[in-house]
Amino acid sequence: MSERNDITRRRVMKSGAAAAAAAASTPYFFTRAFADGHGYLNAPKGDTVTLGFNVPQSGPYADEGADELRAYELAVEHLNGGGDGGMMSTFSSKALKGNGILGKKVAYVTGDTQTKSDAARASARSMIEKDGAVMITGGSSSGVAVAVQALCQEAGIIFMAGLTHSNDTTGKDKKANGFRHFFNSYMSGAALAPVLAKAYGKERKAYHLTADYNWGYTTEQAVKESTEAMGWETVAAVKTPLTQTDFSSYIAPVLQSGADTLVLNHYGGNMVNSLTNAVQFGLRDKQVNGKDFQIIVPLYSRLMAKGAGANVKGIFGSTNWHWSLQDEGSKAFVKSFGTKYGFPPSQAAHTCYVQTMLYADAAERAGTFNPCGIVEALEGFEFDGMGNGKTLYRAEDHQCFKDVLVVKGKENPTSEFDLLEVVEVTPVDQVTYAPDHPQMAGGNLGTCNSGA
Amino acid sequence: MEAIVLQVLNGLDKGSAYALIALGLTLIFGTLGVVNFAHGALFMIGAFCAVTLSRLLTLSHIVIDETQKDFLGNARKVEVPYIYDIFGEAAGNVIIDWAVPISIIVAIPVMMAIGVAIERGLIKHFYKRPHADQILVTFGLAIVLQEIIKYFYGANPIPTPAPDAFRGSFDFGAALGFDPNVIIYPYWRLVYFGFAAIIISAVFAFLQFTTFGMVVRAGMADRETVGLLGINIDRRFTIMFGLAAAVAGLAGVMYTPINSPNYHMGMDFLVLSFVVVVVGGMGSLVGAVLAGFLLGILESIASMGAVLAVLPGINQIILYLVAIIILLTRPRGLMGRAGVMED
Repeated sequence: MSERNDITRRRVMKSGAAAAAAAASTPYFFTRAFADGHGYLNAPKGDTVTLGFNVPQSGPYADEGADELRAYELAVEHLNGGGDGGMMSTFSSKALKGNGILGKKVAYVTGDTQTKSDAARASARSMIEKDGAVMITGGSSSGVAVAVQALCQEAGIIFMAGLTHSNDTTGKDKKANGFRHFFNSYMSGAALAPVLAKAYGKERKAYHLTADYNWGYTTEQAVKESTEAMGWETVAAVKTPLTQTDFSSYIAPVLQSGADTLVLNHYGGNMVNSLTNAVQFGLRDKQVNGKDFQIIVPLYSRLMAKGAGANVKGIFGSTNWHWSLQDEGSKAFVKSFGTKYGFPPSQAAHTCYVQTMLYADAAERAGTFNPCGIVEALEGFEFDGMGNGKTLYRAEDHQCFKDVLVVKGKENPTSEFDLLEVVEVTPVDQVTYAPDHPQMAGGNLGTCNSGA
Repeated sequence: MEAIVLQVLNGLDKGSAYALIALGLTLIFGTLGVVNFAHGALFMIGAFCAVTLSRLLTLSHIVIDETQKDFLGNARKVEVPYIYDIFGEAAGNVIIDWAVPISIIVAIPVMMAIGVAIERGLIKHFYKRPHADQILVTFGLAIVLQEIIKYFYGANPIPTPAPDAFRGSFDFGAALGFDPNVIIYPYWRLVYFGFAAIIISAVFAFLQFTTFGMVVRAGMADRETVGLLGINIDRRFTIMFGLAAAVAGLAGVMYTPINSPNYHMGMDFLVLSFVVVVVGGMGSLVGAVLAGFLLGILESIASMGAVLAVLPGINQIILYLVAIIILLTRPRGLMGRAGVMED
C-alpha cells in the first residue's frame, strides 16, 4: 500500500477533534476589587472616565458592530465638546455641557463580542477589571445582551444595551443595572398587526419560520398573538436552526400548508437567506385562498436588508429608527454622522449613540458615576429630541417606551441606503404593555448593585 | 407524496453543492493524501469571484445630478457604470445581469492559479507531516482566506442575483399532473443541478478518457511505481489540486444566486462535505458524488414538518447520524476500497 493510505480513520478523526476543541472558555475570575473608597466599582480616578464599548467586531454581525462603534466614537466626540454636538442640541435634558461627563473627559475601550455569549462576557469582564470601565454598552444579539447584562449586574456596573430586540432583555431576564433603549418583540407585533390587517385583510393564514433561539421565540409569540387578535390564523410555526443557510426545505412546504402569508422571524444572515429563498421559490407571485401571497419580516435592519437586495421590495417589517425621519433629533444625528462617515447611520448606530448620551446625562443629573445613582436618574426618566419622539425609561423594567416605526421595503430605491420607507409611526400608547404582561412574565429586576 | 417529491427536488441542488465540494476534497485526498480543510474556503473564494466580477462590471464614475438630493441635502452623486459608456446602457445592463454566468469563465483560471499556488506554496511542505499538522495548516489557511475576504468585502452577505431570465420558479406539480402551485422549484436551482451534472461528468471523462487522467489514476493507485516509470507524478498531482480548486470555485460561483455569499459560507459547507466524503468512502470519486446527492436529499426530507413532528430535531443531526451508522457498519464508506481508512 502506498504512503497515502497509511492513515487510519481514527487518526483523522482524532486530529479533527483536536482542531475543533480549540475554543475553550476562559476561567471565571471576577473579583470585587477596585471599589476604592468611593462606595462603587471603578470610580474614575484622575480627569478621565472610561466607557466600555462591547460590540461584535468579528463574526457575522461585524458590519453592524462597526456601525455601532462609529456611533460610540461620535458620541464620545460630542460629549467631549468636539464636532457639531449632534443630538446634544436637540435633547430635552440640558445637563450635558460638552465638557465630558461630570467634568471628566470621556475615554473608551472596546471589546469584541464575536456575537457569542462567552466571548462577550470575557471581553466585558476584561474591560471592567483591566481597563476600569464604569459602564458597558453594546451588543448586536439578545443572547449576548442578556449574558452581559447579568455579568454587569453581578459586577456592579451599568449596562446600556445596544441592539437587542428579545422581550427577555427587559422581560424575564431584566436586571436593575441594565437599561434598554431599543424596542422589543412585543412592540413589533403590536405595531405591525394593525398595519398588516389594513394592508392584507383580517382573514389570513400565517406560516411562521422562526430562528431557534431566545429572540426567535419571543418574536414569533408576539407576532402570533397580535395577528391572531386581529383575526388571522396561524397554520404552522416551524423552528429553523440558527446555523441554517439554505432554507429551501423549510420554504417549499409553505404553499402546501394552505398558508397565504409567511412570517420570517429571522435576523441577520438568516433573514437574508430565508427571504432570498422565499422569493426564489416564487412565493410572492402566487395566489393562495384567492389572495396574493405575502411575506413579513418582523424586525428589519437596513444593514442586513442590503444583503437581500431587491427581494425586500414591498415587504413589511418594523424598525426602531430610520435615518429618513424628519424630526430635529434625527436630522441632527444624521447630519453629524453623515458628515463624519459619508453615509447615513443604521438603527444600531442610533440606539448606541442615544444610550451613551442617556448614560452621560444621567450621570450629570445624578452628580455621580455610582451605578445606583445612575439607576435612580434613569428610572422613570422622560425625554425627547432623540429621534423617537417623547420617550419614557420605565422604572419597572428599564425599557424605553416610544413610537415604533412600521416600514416597508422600498419599490424604487434611489441609493444603496434608501431601502426602507416608513409606512407608519405607531404611537407609543399602542405598543405599551403592563410590566407583568404574560409575554414579559417572570424575572425580577432586583436592586441596583454598585459593586461595593 | 407531493411533499416527498418536493423535498427530493430540494435535495438535488443541495446535493449538487455537496457533491461538487466533496468531489474536489476526495480528489485531493486520493492524489496527494492531504485532508484539505481549506476546501470550503475555495468554494467561498469561487463565490467571491462572481461578486468581484459583478463589482467590476458595475464599476462607476460619478455624475453630479443637481436635480436630486442625497441624504444630507447636497446634490446627489449618481453612479454611472463605465460599461454603459462602452456598450451603451441596454447592452451594459444585459452584461451586468449575466455577471454570474460570465464569472465562470473568469473563475476557472483564477481558481486553478489559486489552487496551484496553495499546493506549491504551502501544502507541498506538509506531505510528510502527520495528518494533524495538515489539518491544522489547512484549517489555518481557511481562516486566513476568510479574514482576507472579510477585510475587503465586509461581513454581511452580498446579493448576487441570477440573470432575470432565470428568476421565478417552475411548476413541477402542474407538469407532473399534481395540483398547481404545490411542487414548485426555482429555475436557477435547476440550472445549478444541470451545471453540477456537467462538471461532474467532465471531471470523470477527463480522468477516464485522457492520457493525463490515466496517469493520475495510476498515480492514485500506486504513486511509487508511476514515479519509478519516470513520470513526474508530483506535477500532475499539483495540477489535480488546481483542478479540484476550480471545481470547488465553480460550485461557489453558481451558488451565489441561491444564497447571498458571505465570508463564512465555506465553513458552512466544509464540515458537511467531510461527512459526505466519509460516507461516500475516502478517496472514492463516485462515492463522493453519490453520497453528496443522497445526503442532500436525506437532509431535505428530515426537515419536513411531518418528519419533525415524529422526531423533533432530526433535521439537525440526520447527516451525522448517517455518518455514524456508516462508520460503524462499513468504515470504508459506501464506495470506499477495502483497506482505506480501516484499521
